Amino acid sequence: MSTEIFEYAPAPESRAIVDIKSEYGLYINGKWVAPHSKKRFASINPATEEVLSKVSLADATDIDKAVKAARSAYNKVWAKMAPKERAKYLFRIARLLQERAREFAVLEALDNGKPIRETRDVDVPLSAAHFFYHAGWADKLNYAGYGDNPKPYGVVGQIIPWNFPLLMLAWKVAPALATGNTVVLKPAETTPLTALLFADICEQAELPAGVVNIVTGDGSTGAALVNHKDIDKIAFTGSTEVGKLIAKSIADRGIPATLELGGKGANIVFDDAPIDEAVEGIINGIFFNQGHVCCAGSRLLLQESIVDEFIEKLQVRMAKIRVGDPLDKNTDLGAINSSAQLAKIKEMSESGSKEGAQIWSAPCALPTKGYWFAPTIFTGVTQAHRIAREEIFGPVLSVLTFRTPSEAMEKANNTPFGLSAGVWTEKGSKILWAANELKAGVIWANTFNKFDAASPFGGYKESGWGREGGRHGLAAYLKGAK
Amino acid sequence: MKSLIDGSESSLRAFLDNLPGVDKVGAEGRAAMLATRSIKTTSKAKAIDLAIKMVDLTTLEGADTPGKVKSLCAKGFRPDPTDASVPHVGAICVYNDMVEIARKHLDSIGGQDIPVAAVSTAFPSGRASMEVKLRDTKDAIEAGASEIDMVIDRGAFLSGRIGEVFEEIREIKSLCGDRAHLKVILETGELATYDNVRKASYLAMLAGADFIKTSTGKVTPAATAPVVLVMLEAVRDFYKLTGQRIGVKPAGGIRTTKDAIKQLVLVNETAGPEWLTPDLFRIGASALLNDLLMQRMKLRDGRYSGSNYVTVD
Repeated sequence: MSTEIFEYAPAPESRAIVDIKSEYGLYINGKWVAPHSKKRFASINPATEEVLSKVSLADATDIDKAVKAARSAYNKVWAKMAPKERAKYLFRIARLLQERAREFAVLEALDNGKPIRETRDVDVPLSAAHFFYHAGWADKLNYAGYGDNPKPYGVVGQIIPWNFPLLMLAWKVAPALATGNTVVLKPAETTPLTALLFADICEQAELPAGVVNIVTGDGSTGAALVNHKDIDKIAFTGSTEVGKLIAKSIADRGIPATLELGGKGANIVFDDAPIDEAVEGIINGIFFNQGHVCCAGSRLLLQESIVDEFIEKLQVRMAKIRVGDPLDKNTDLGAINSSAQLAKIKEMSESGSKEGAQIWSAPCALPTKGYWFAPTIFTGVTQAHRIAREEIFGPVLSVLTFRTPSEAMEKANNTPFGLSAGVWTEKGSKILWAANELKAGVIWANTFNKFDAASPFGGYKESGWGREGGRHGLAAYLKGAK
Repeated sequence: MKSLIDGSESSLRAFLDNLPGVDKVGAEGRAAMLATRSIKTTSKAKAIDLAIKMVDLTTLEGADTPGKVKSLCAKGFRPDPTDASVPHVGAICVYNDMVEIARKHLDSIGGQDIPVAAVSTAFPSGRASMEVKLRDTKDAIEAGASEIDMVIDRGAFLSGRIGEVFEEIREIKSLCGDRAHLKVILETGELATYDNVRKASYLAMLAGADFIKTSTGKVTPAATAPVVLVMLEAVRDFYKLTGQRIGVKPAGGIRTTKDAIKQLVLVNETAGPEWLTPDLFRIGASALLNDLLMQRMKLRDGRYSGSNYVTVD
């Protein structure tokens, strides 16, 4: 039998559409300003280690300037503006994001390392959708169920992570502006470029100066923002470790915070599941965005009767994951975002082997430059293993087994986190029962990692405080709303 | 082949009922994701030639005449008269009464290697007695068909008489013997659900199908990507169970090179590259061939020539 090998030729998206400047200032009060410290740091492409640009390191002086600009914009313009006028700005931003979608998709892939297929089909469209959704709310807040004429907090300090740089910006900025707050936003140290391009969108939309301020920097910049005395509210997405620090620092100041933190999501597959689609869902749950997803389905709980069959199918499917150039339109798994994150994934993975779990990695060639980790699963994992308890935040899946539905629930809930869970069964009653039993903010049934601006997102326990998106997410930006 | 059932209707029913369900949203999502694969340059050129080799060039019209069938045979043998490097198609697919004309004409022009496929068993509806269906098939084989595209009795399948469907396929298969390859048309557009598509795929394979085929081309929807995905999963898993590779033939609605390449991507990433051969994957089509030829010319010449630079049939 003559078998043809069907290799896909490289299909790279052109990077010509993005114009990355050699260095960036801080976007404060509608202007680009040099950082007080005069210090800049590099943002690199994690797939090649190429320096993309030098961005400013903001210190407490810069933060103070940005907060003052936001306060002034709040008092003089934004708080006074009729809600339907605010809505127009949000609609404009949403449309501009759509118009410049390819530019954002390419830049996000370059700066973050995630594949263009995901930035093009997920990050950018969802970001635009988030602005559209919240634009609609701006003049309807009286009907959101938070009383008549609910009031914004004022100036909001927002700190976003590196895993979905533009999307997390949208999740933070859109509801804040729709409800009438002004913003000082600090993008992640390793992925500041799409936030800086977003400043360009604010300009293009003629958003009043100071309504959105973007300050780049490292952990010290974030700390300066959190500790600034004139901030009315903090919104943070990132690690549980930093979330705890923020909670401590605001504890005696009486200001609220929304914290969207870590997770160790359980994806539970019962023996009556739609097996092929469950395999796809598990793949999507852990390998989407290189596993850099707080709600990733990083623990697979398999009913013992289907373990062998399922693992085999999973491995066959994993071997087909296309790892490589993030700008190639056929790439499924891109680069790990930073060398620090790669080191953490490697350390966790070694602990898995050391503690006695069996490792299997997809046989794929990894590029020699940049930060890469092959799709990996551990079988024979027990609740006691670190890889079953701690967040890895990489393309590493821990497989555990269960015998009965209640054992599955017990194991799924046996974690300090409570962000997401997935249930796979063709039996509807079992889905409803499991949804009641699981202590997680988001529960997907026969699917995973599906997001919508209208659907609230957030966690239980150490996964955070508050919700983002939907009507519930508005409460985070309105005084006295619950 | 390892026996998965003991031949009784109850064991067949138990086997089919035990198959995992298909989640509609998930299957459609996977198919849509695979449709985003970008196949360019060298891989596109290779895919186009492979697709040409897989085409079952088809005419199934009431208005078919010997002249029409002969020109179809000539087209299938030399798809592009100006370029001898274009491979011939996988087969010529016609109605029963045109088989002999097609076979003789192919032989006379040097196309001995190209099989003639006959649609059979009261195609397209399958609404006739078993006696008639057997006779229909026997006629086609005797006239020179080496591939039989039979339809299943969808009425029997939908009313739960799966034993009848199984028995029909088995009888046609035994009539075909080693004289003709048997493709079993499920008419997935009438089976309506992906669960049914999966069950019917296994039923046909268990009964002896060499190929499972989506559609007659007379019903829409026909060869949609998720349906082909489910069938490719079935042949992949059936191979795992029995060591036997069954072919898949989508038919109906595949008109452009883009459509055809999407099918090849589905095969590559679902059943696997072992299925990327005309022995195990065919595409039933009439209009597709010319689009493949035009795209092939474009890759070769760097420009798009238009439909008057390929022959209509």
